[in-house]
Amino acid sequence: MSEAVVPDAMVSPAVGGLHGEKAGGPAVDFSYVGIDAILEQMRRKAMKQGFELNIMVVGQSGLGKSTLMNTLFKSKVSRKSVLATAQEKIPKTIEIKSISHDIEEKGVRMKLTVIDTPGFGDQINNENCWQPIMKFINDQYEAYLQEEININRKKRIPDSRVHCCIYFIPPTGHCLRPLDVEFMRRLSKVVNIVPVIAKADTLTLEERDFFKKKIREELRANGIDVYPQKEFDEDAEDRMINEKIREMIPFAVVGSDQEYQVNGRRLLGRKTKWGTIEVENIAHCEFAYLRDLLIRTHMQNIKDITSSIHYEMYRVRRLNENNTVMAHANGIPEHHLSKEKFHSL
Amino acid sequence: QGQLLIDKGVRPLSLAGHVGFDSLPDQLVNKSICQGFCFNILCIGETGIGKSTLMDTLFNTNFENFESSHFEPQVKLRAQTYDLQESNVRLRLTVVNTVGFGDQMNKQESYQPVVDYIDRQFESYLQEELKIKRSLHNYHDSRVHACLYFISPSGHSLKSLDLVTMKKLDSKVNIIPVIAKADTISKSELHKFKIKIMSELVSNGVQIYQFPLDDETVAKVNTTMNGHLPFAVVGSTEEVSVGNKMVKARQYPWGVVQVENENHCDFVKLREMLICVNMEDLREQTHTRHYELYRRCKLEEMGFKDTGPESKPVSLQQTYEAKRQEFLVELQKREDEMRQMFVQRVKEKESELKEAERELQSRFEQLKRLHADEKAALEEKKRLLDEDQSSFSKRRAAAQLLQAQSLTANGKKDKDRKK
Repeated sequence: MSEAVVPDAMVSPAVGGLHGEKAGGPAVDFSYVGIDAILEQMRRKAMKQGFELNIMVVGQSGLGKSTLMNTLFKSKVSRKSVLATAQEKIPKTIEIKSISHDIEEKGVRMKLTVIDTPGFGDQINNENCWQPIMKFINDQYEAYLQEEININRKKRIPDSRVHCCIYFIPPTGHCLRPLDVEFMRRLSKVVNIVPVIAKADTLTLEERDFFKKKIREELRANGIDVYPQKEFDEDAEDRMINEKIREMIPFAVVGSDQEYQVNGRRLLGRKTKWGTIEVENIAHCEFAYLRDLLIRTHMQNIKDITSSIHYEMYRVRRLNENNTVMAHANGIPEHHLSKEKFHSL
Repeated sequence: QGQLLIDKGVRPLSLAGHVGFDSLPDQLVNKSICQGFCFNILCIGETGIGKSTLMDTLFNTNFENFESSHFEPQVKLRAQTYDLQESNVRLRLTVVNTVGFGDQMNKQESYQPVVDYIDRQFESYLQEELKIKRSLHNYHDSRVHACLYFISPSGHSLKSLDLVTMKKLDSKVNIIPVIAKADTISKSELHKFKIKIMSELVSNGVQIYQFPLDDETVAKVNTTMNGHLPFAVVGSTEEVSVGNKMVKARQYPWGVVQVENENHCDFVKLREMLICVNMEDLREQTHTRHYELYRRCKLEEMGFKDTGPESKPVSLQQTYEAKRQEFLVELQKREDEMRQMFVQRVKEKESELKEAERELQSRFEQLKRLHADEKAALEEKKRLLDEDQSSFSKRRAAAQLLQAQSLTANGKKDKDRKK
């Protein structure tokens, strides 16, 4: 009956530039179409919608996780600041506590969720301490998946997926501990891990460089791919930028939410008898690099990798396992499981 | 194991210094620049109304079109894709034109190919979204973002074909009606025409695309533009010298109609609205409204629901699995049926053959018996014959003997007489 002509995807490369003058003849009007106005439209839409960011902090108690979060976002975003408990007890099991804030800067609104994991690595027996964390991360993926496959679904699916997990390495100065290796090995497969050396003010510069080199070697030896992952580099430019970052991780950070007077300026830092450590001074610690990576340059990229790679992998796994489980339950032979698409029904 | 405590209620927080996430929109924009943009326009209008010319004028290029004939038996759609670039923005533009629209004698089915095309694009997006291994961010989005409906400049009112077509399309695509070849209408006639068109659209319940008013930066200009709908456009790729500039225009003996002169036609307004101000909104409406509607209807049609029979939430996955099992069970049943039928047929054939064999056997026996009977009969006859023969020969022998005896007796008698 009715048929449309199959679209001839005649992708003609740049059919005439949309700008420029015609050669010869009287001067022409600048022939402007206005396609680049779409960038402005996108920016407007993004500002109106706002952004969401979910960061998880993992590490033993006392490593300065909450302080670092407060320093990163220059406000009391950590759980401790919000839920003032008289005595901070180390919990008997790992808990996962998440707290959200609406922050705004120059018209850009962001819903920041900080997910804390008190109790990690604090027990006597730390075997399987990553399990509650893995479960939490997978639960967020599951919630997103469920919403996505609904028939009536929300206009904007609320994104509670963990975009980035900051792992705090205690500054022993030697090498990674088995707990660190195990945790990072397992979790680097489901979430972007950014390892940092906590309380780096206990290491001299040489000790720090040695420690970092050792850590990088161990990560490589164990096949742990931390953010920015080598395999997700998109092009040569990306690779160049990311290689520079990969040579610097893990960042040695110092956190502080107190300001001191240094050389006539008020700066965030830690004051000791032998001097003041300036948090944002790259000669003192690498906090500024971490902040730039996480917030100023790679935030969108972190979110993209979470949604288009980690989440998709979870989805594939989940949808595939559903097929085999249901089939086995009904005694249908395996060879019927070749169909992958819904429309075969 | 672990406990999950989420704080309900997100609290606003003020920052003590510059954090730097105000660069997020820029990061987002940069990523989009790398990926490039996609925009798909569908032009519906009668043959010769100026669809291709308008597209050429809008995008300042020559899209390699050729005139179509007026004798198409059915409405067809022709889609062409182009890669355009302006400063650092790369746009993959697909222009879909109707071919033969309005030319047929019977136009009842004219809208169908258009609806089918739009649905097909939604369908292929839905397929990609439902795949297990999918790549949505690489997917070339072919869904129609904007539909320019070209109205004939009759000056009176909309044709019934226009109303019927637009009514069928208004829930599937963003419709932007334009009055084509607007240089044939005078200003006063145009004003009346526009009012008539809008009132007809409203009274027939046709939902055309309204430029969005929720963003303050553009709300004002969009409100004004909404009042100028439908745009009366003139298209031209030829340039005419006016004053000391070359402008796109149409030259008549009585004057020059300048395309980009807002006093002459609404072309600039159309370009503003379609491209410079609302392109992103058109794409978003297509995705969040029209596509979602299609998806919801399609899935419900296939029998998926969000809640099961006890009103418990049933995931798509479960429904899909249930249907799949149904299907597989059905498949198995049919397979079994076929197998049974096959076995049955074999049995029947076998019995048939056996029957035939038996028949053959009985015939054989019969013939054999017949043969035996005949043989017996023949033997009997032979025996009788033999008997006859033997009795005959006996009698002959006896007769011969008697004759011989009588002869000797006669001889003796004669001898006796002679003595």
